[in-house]
Amino acid sequence: MSEPRLLPGNEACALGALAAGCRFYAGYPITPSSEIAETMAELLPALGGVFVQMEDEIASLAACLGAALGGMKAMTATSGPGFSLMQEHIGFAAMAELPCVIVDVMRGGPSTGLPTLPSQADMQQARWGTHGDHSIIVLAPASVREVYDLTVRAFAYAERFRAPVIVLYDAVVGHLRERVELPEQAEVVPRPRPGGPSYRPYAAADGQVAPLAAFGDGYRFHVTGLAHDERGFPTQDPAAVAALQRRLQRKIEDHRGEIVRCEQVFMEDAEVAVVAFGIAARAAREAIRQARQQGVRVGLLRPLTLWPFPDEVLWATAARVRALVVAEMNLGQMLREVERAVRGRTEVVACLKADGEPLQPEEILQALEAEVPAWR
Amino acid sequence: MEVGTLDVRRYLRREMMPHLLCPGCGHGIVLQALLRAVASLELDPDRVAVVAGIGCSSRLAGYVDFCTLHATHGRAPAFATGLKLARPELTVIVITGDGDGLAIGGNHLIHAARRNIDLLCLLFNNAVYGMTGGQVAPTTPQGSRATTAPLGNPEPPFDACRLMIAAGATFVARGLAYEPLTLQHLCMEGLRHPGFAFIDVLTDCPEFFGRYNRLGRGPEMLLSQKRRTTAVGPLLAQKAALDGAEVATTPALPTGVLHRETRPEFARVLLAQQREGFP
Repeated sequence: MSEPRLLPGNEACALGALAAGCRFYAGYPITPSSEIAETMAELLPALGGVFVQMEDEIASLAACLGAALGGMKAMTATSGPGFSLMQEHIGFAAMAELPCVIVDVMRGGPSTGLPTLPSQADMQQARWGTHGDHSIIVLAPASVREVYDLTVRAFAYAERFRAPVIVLYDAVVGHLRERVELPEQAEVVPRPRPGGPSYRPYAAADGQVAPLAAFGDGYRFHVTGLAHDERGFPTQDPAAVAALQRRLQRKIEDHRGEIVRCEQVFMEDAEVAVVAFGIAARAAREAIRQARQQGVRVGLLRPLTLWPFPDEVLWATAARVRALVVAEMNLGQMLREVERAVRGRTEVVACLKADGEPLQPEEILQALEAEVPAWR
Repeated sequence: MEVGTLDVRRYLRREMMPHLLCPGCGHGIVLQALLRAVASLELDPDRVAVVAGIGCSSRLAGYVDFCTLHATHGRAPAFATGLKLARPELTVIVITGDGDGLAIGGNHLIHAARRNIDLLCLLFNNAVYGMTGGQVAPTTPQGSRATTAPLGNPEPPFDACRLMIAAGATFVARGLAYEPLTLQHLCMEGLRHPGFAFIDVLTDCPEFFGRYNRLGRGPEMLLSQKRRTTAVGPLLAQKAALDGAEVATTPALPTGVLHRETRPEFARVLLAQQREGFP
């Protein structure tokens, strides 16, 4: 471990990316994410890396994908309005299977919204923001150290699954300074390279991915956002299109066990569970502590993986608690996932907040008191 | 080697044939001029990348046996920027069309020119959206008809070369599908130029633009390029642009190399910064 130091979340994100081997950053300034770009601009050149400020967020992700095809690990970071612009190329990255990491430091929306204030209202956009069917991995850190760790993991997943991976946290986590110790070395996942003379960049069994060659490495191949065959060439053959669609879905969904993480706190004896992610989960922890002081057995389920959503944990938990309280800083984006996952197995209660302020422990406590039968 | 007899079929992905271009379309002539330029310069195909956007011209990326990226609508210069910065040793060619490069992708094009990143950008300019069926483009002459301008285009068109010169491109030329050998030489100069090279290539779309405006088929449309243009050197071109000379209503477009200057190339500037670090 390194010496402990005081670090803001956004800086930890940049350090995590560099530790994971990221050597290309393209971005566009936007509050509350700009410190990530600033840190990368400062640190990348000395590491032989490339920082470029592009003309907008569309171009930023495009440049990252161009660099990814050049063999580099690439990242961009943004917030709501920029995240909206990036949806076009999140779709391209999903379709063309180009690894990259996209950080969305959430602020209040819609539109320009609340540039300096936190929210958790991009959860569904991160899943469904780009058109067409696809699966995607979205990670949700709640602390400065976890921003570092999950950014490192995002790069590992991007390489492992040849896919865009999104790191999603809010303005408070991004600007929060915490005392952290960082590991001496992070997990660096090298990009699998093809072997042999012939190369088909999309030839993989269902649920798997082919290795990705870099342009300039001696393999001449085609990459397109059109539906394509195993060689990468456009096709409208129904069987080939169906196979591609199914593989893009299953290459992630088939590996849920490997990907999905959900922290469980005080769940051994819990009668009620709060479900919360990111900064809201930190308020929930305090609410749970206070509830337990009053003798009420409350636990916490904290998804670190928002997508794929931890359906299995929710379903299993629903069988043994009297209620689930979903606490989030939006108007019910995770709520619908929890309701879908538990399929009526237990009562689901909402504790929602969308006013630009972070959720407070008292508010979650009040929701527990007012709504949960176990309390009364 | 006699450049006029270069066989460029080795650069084509024959398994992709037949291609999707219409009879009479000039795009194939332009592509052949580009491929002859690649052959003349004896570039290693493993080290050539073609990055294209969306549209008829951009589909050509799929037909050439290089490292090819068929990207999103208008964004090819941004993809190419990332690729070139990651792999400065590659020759990166951007293929775009007038709608792709000047409408939806205008912002990316001008910023690539401003950065002076070492790309060759070929803009296939047929004055119309061909792939979507003949809609008006930012290059459609004022008054010309298109499916979305049935009464005649109410808007004036862009002059792509003047736009690129103003944005900072360090090599700007205009070529014609009508003059493939001249075009080949322009492509060779553009490929050799160490910076952002832009060629506005006038090509034709008989299927839509020609039909809607009764301009004839391919041969007639190509012949008309000769009537609408004058080959000039850079100084004369500048003068014509300043004077607005020739016939005021339809000024002849200058062709040839219209602008050339030397400025530091972006990828090399970044490399120098990596070496030298902060002062």
